[in-house]
Amino acid sequence: MIERLQELEAEGLAAVRASENKKSLEQVRVQFLGKKGAITEVLRGMGQLSKEERPTVGQKANEVRESIQTAIAEKTRVFEEEELEQRLEKEEIDVTLPGRPVQQGSTHPLTAVVEEIEDIFIGLGFSITEGPEVELDYFNFEMINLPPNHPARDMQDSFYISEDTLLRTQTSPVQARTLQKHQGKGPVRIICPGKVYRRDEDDATHSHQFMQIEGLYVDQNVRMSDLKGIFDTFVKQYFGEDREIRLRPSFFPFTEPSAEIDVTCGICAGEGCRICKFSGWIEVLGSGMVHPRVLELNGFDPEVYSGFAFGMGVERFAMLKYGIDDIRHFYTNDTRFLSQFQHL
Amino acid sequence: MLVSYQWLADYIDLSDVTPEEVAEYLTRGGVEVDRLHRYHNGIEGVVVGEVLETSPHPEAEKLTVCQVDVGENTNQIICGANNVTKGQKVVVALPGTILPGEKNITETTIRGETSAGMICALDELGFSERMLAKSEQDKIVELPNDTVPGSDALEILGLNDVIMELDLTPNRPDCLNMLGVAYELSALLDRPIHLPENEHGVIRKNAADHITVEVTNGEDVPYYGAKVIDEVTVAPSPLWLQTRLMAAGIRPINNIVDITNYVLLEYGQPLHAFDYDRFGSDQIVTRRAKQNETIRTLDGQERTLFEQDVLITNGEEPVAMAGVMGGAFSEVQSNTRTVLLETAQFDALRVRQTSKEHGLRSEASQRFEKGLDFERIPEAAERAATLMEQITGGVVLKGTVESGELPAFEQEVYLNLGRLNVRLGTELGVYEVETILIRLGLEVTDIGEEWRVRIPSRRMDITIEEDLIEEVARLYGYDHIPTTLPTGARSAGALTDEQKRRRKIRRYLESTGMQEAITYSLTSAQKADEFLINDHDQGIRVLMPMSEEREVLRRSLIPHLLDATLHNLNRQLANVALFEVGTVFFPTADENKQPEERLHIGGTLSGQWYHYAWNGEEVPVDFYVVKGIVEGMLQQAGKEQKAKFRARKRDGMHPGRTADVIMDGEVVGFLGQLHPAIQEERGLAPTFVFELNAATVFTVNNEELRYQPLPRFPSIRRDMAVVADANIAAAEIESVISEAAGKWLEDIHLFDVYEGENIEEGKKSLAYSLLFLNRERTLKDEEIANIHEDIVAALKTRLGATLRH
Ligand SMILES: [Zn+2]
Repeated sequence: MIERLQELEAEGLAAVRASENKKSLEQVRVQFLGKKGAITEVLRGMGQLSKEERPTVGQKANEVRESIQTAIAEKTRVFEEEELEQRLEKEEIDVTLPGRPVQQGSTHPLTAVVEEIEDIFIGLGFSITEGPEVELDYFNFEMINLPPNHPARDMQDSFYISEDTLLRTQTSPVQARTLQKHQGKGPVRIICPGKVYRRDEDDATHSHQFMQIEGLYVDQNVRMSDLKGIFDTFVKQYFGEDREIRLRPSFFPFTEPSAEIDVTCGICAGEGCRICKFSGWIEVLGSGMVHPRVLELNGFDPEVYSGFAFGMGVERFAMLKYGIDDIRHFYTNDTRFLSQFQHL
Repeated sequence: MLVSYQWLADYIDLSDVTPEEVAEYLTRGGVEVDRLHRYHNGIEGVVVGEVLETSPHPEAEKLTVCQVDVGENTNQIICGANNVTKGQKVVVALPGTILPGEKNITETTIRGETSAGMICALDELGFSERMLAKSEQDKIVELPNDTVPGSDALEILGLNDVIMELDLTPNRPDCLNMLGVAYELSALLDRPIHLPENEHGVIRKNAADHITVEVTNGEDVPYYGAKVIDEVTVAPSPLWLQTRLMAAGIRPINNIVDITNYVLLEYGQPLHAFDYDRFGSDQIVTRRAKQNETIRTLDGQERTLFEQDVLITNGEEPVAMAGVMGGAFSEVQSNTRTVLLETAQFDALRVRQTSKEHGLRSEASQRFEKGLDFERIPEAAERAATLMEQITGGVVLKGTVESGELPAFEQEVYLNLGRLNVRLGTELGVYEVETILIRLGLEVTDIGEEWRVRIPSRRMDITIEEDLIEEVARLYGYDHIPTTLPTGARSAGALTDEQKRRRKIRRYLESTGMQEAITYSLTSAQKADEFLINDHDQGIRVLMPMSEEREVLRRSLIPHLLDATLHNLNRQLANVALFEVGTVFFPTADENKQPEERLHIGGTLSGQWYHYAWNGEEVPVDFYVVKGIVEGMLQQAGKEQKAKFRARKRDGMHPGRTADVIMDGEVVGFLGQLHPAIQEERGLAPTFVFELNAATVFTVNNEELRYQPLPRFPSIRRDMAVVADANIAAAEIESVISEAAGKWLEDIHLFDVYEGENIEEGKKSLAYSLLFLNRERTLKDEEIANIHEDIVAALKTRLGATLRH
């Protein structure tokens, strides 16, 4: 009987090896291990064996059963692995096809520039003040030291809507309004962003509507050296740590002394190139110490208070920072233009 | 202002300062040099030649064969000009020279005769032809006799000069003349200035015997002076004078006119020369113009004058528009023998107005407008007389006939050292400041704590202490001012609540996929009336619009956003989703008051809202896309509960696909589809728009935000499908359900809308999912069943609706 069992083991293992799928494997299991299977049959004949033989044969029969069972289990795992592999192979996709797009808008570059500058000045202790776009002549001109008949306030240059009201030509009226609101008591630290309007023909470098950011710092003992310090900080944050500023004497009716502020050219790092007209410097803003007359007109005592004021063109900043060559792009709203500022 | 470097060197020693350095000094000092011009960019080999022999070209009638001494050699040169003569000193470009316009000079043969070089005319050397005096056109340059053959001709012609173009700020009219720039440079370089010496002889005859001056309008003409120069010979000016004028952008005419222009450039004082014999009388009378009076001006035009124009007359007829332009008949001509020279001060405002209204801006009018240095008014006439004596052979009659008086200029400004240092943040000492003031040519008196500074008439712009502080600062150098941070009390800067909210709404709209646009505030009259949220009478017009497209202030953002949409559509950019946050303007009752300005949020959408190209998934923009964006915006502001949407017919909008946004009973915005007729008329694709009054979205809810604890008990979900008449609005059904459901209804949402098979004609089915929650305990099934019954009853009685089975 031992021999018979040995034969069955060999046959069974061969059958397991030979089975091609789960179904034939099951047949093998039934054939050898089933209730009516070959091993059971052998065991049925155990009754004829002697008492001494029985344990040996019984043990052998269990060994053979286990051996075949293990073989079946292994083979089953192989079949399952193959099946999974086949299924996963079928599930394969082209990972290089584009993903499902997520809707993305964009911030207008002028808004982006304004917000960036606002944030830098907020960090320097300034707050943001806004005012009307249609202004009284009184605030737009008179209160910033441009009395009637001043050559700088030609009717031809402004959009008047009545004798006394016009589209503001700068955001300085917000400064005058804010000073008056403070009723002679400092400190005043504000920046005023907004749209302004001048009667210019629209072309690549002119726009009848554009954006400005002006700022004002009034307190006791404000010095011109403070103006330099604030702008050195600002320019390094906005344009980069490696940039330097230089001040050049200039003239504005509302400041004295006045200064243009230049920044080292970012294209040539100050070496001189076509963009900076080979000077190494690019003019970025106008500034100066607040004219005592402006303080006085707006209720501040120039003996006690002093301050500085500045103004910059938002379009110019955006054009410099991003290399934009035509101011009209800002107002045409071509989506190919707007999309370029998606990451701002 | 164009400034010649060589001319400047007449007044200041510039032997060791290059033009580039001069430009840098001026720019850093506040007198900006915009650019440098050089006539001769690298021209070499242009020399003086002496024409030794001339003979006609054997083969060409118009050509002359010249033997020219060019220094070391004698070259044969063929010349085409008809004024070439033996003995002349001429300008020769030797072979190898490259003249302006890439003209290469080589040794050639012209019809059998060799020609080694070219005899030049002025325009061949880089002067523009329209700048040349008539006398210099179409002829070769004739150099003075004392020039030496072989020497550098560019130098003699001043062609090696460098011209600086100044960009002057309005406070520095003193730099509108050569002496002013020289004073400035002398202060910047700390070098002495050498002023011209004006000494001419005088003859016994008195000018006063030949002319009288009568000013009838003293306010317009505070001072008028006249000199008489006799026996002049009118001729072309010497070359040096012509080239200096051309360098400054003034075309030479003849020696008399050129001298007045030269002095104008040098002193900043406009002068006018009349022909005494053609003047028509022996009296000068100034007055305002009469109605319809006319004058024929120098440029040959007949001009009708305005009554506020100031005139110089001969007692009868006008001979000049004061400070603006002279008249034709009294003009200096080639046979003029006696010159009547005017030096005057005219009221700046009058000159400005006259030059503007007649469209005549000239070098002279500009200077009158900006105000003269009146200490120079008589001096300039002496300068011109001196030059006329030297150049035209004239004799100067004794005296100047004058009317009015030039006031002595008395302007004193005090400067305090302490205040100066506080204002600048510097620590300058007494000596440093005083030295700078003296360099500027200011008269300084030390009076203890401060200086008394006497201002010269050429610097009338210095009126207050701050002006002097600026003068000191710029000479000390802005670069040397330290860099500090303010020392005053600190304060935290921050955005206001509204500013934060505005940024948030922008970010929200961008997150939906929309792009921010910025458009113009000025629009056409038609567009200003379109797409208004509420009706208003009219838009605000600007007084002097630049074009019809930009004449009225906008009242809606949509028209320009539609323009931008069309711009993109015309460039094959079909998917457009733009929004703008911008001001719109409405009139108030008083037109001299400011209009009401409101911030609006507007948007336009067209094309595909969602497009997943390779698998063909497409969601075109429709009403509900736009509504979703608007609802989201209201949600961002915590206003979703307050806002209601109501169907409304509006001009320009699709009658069945437009809704008003209503808050507290007021229409605060609208959204919907553009009317198909408008869409077609403008060449658009189906386009959807929205516009909201931003105040409704940006105003902050004052209620503080409080956290609500998460529920500890389970919620129960029930679905119900309601069948109702098709014309009942979904919002109405939802509000009936919500009301009937009571306080335990936590959430309700619509998940299906169906019309068609299995539903009675004229009815629709809406399926809702309801979520019930009691925060104190677990809800029982029978409680939910009761609520369900209440809802069914309410639907039936209030809307005649039933449940779908
Ligand atoms: Zn550069």
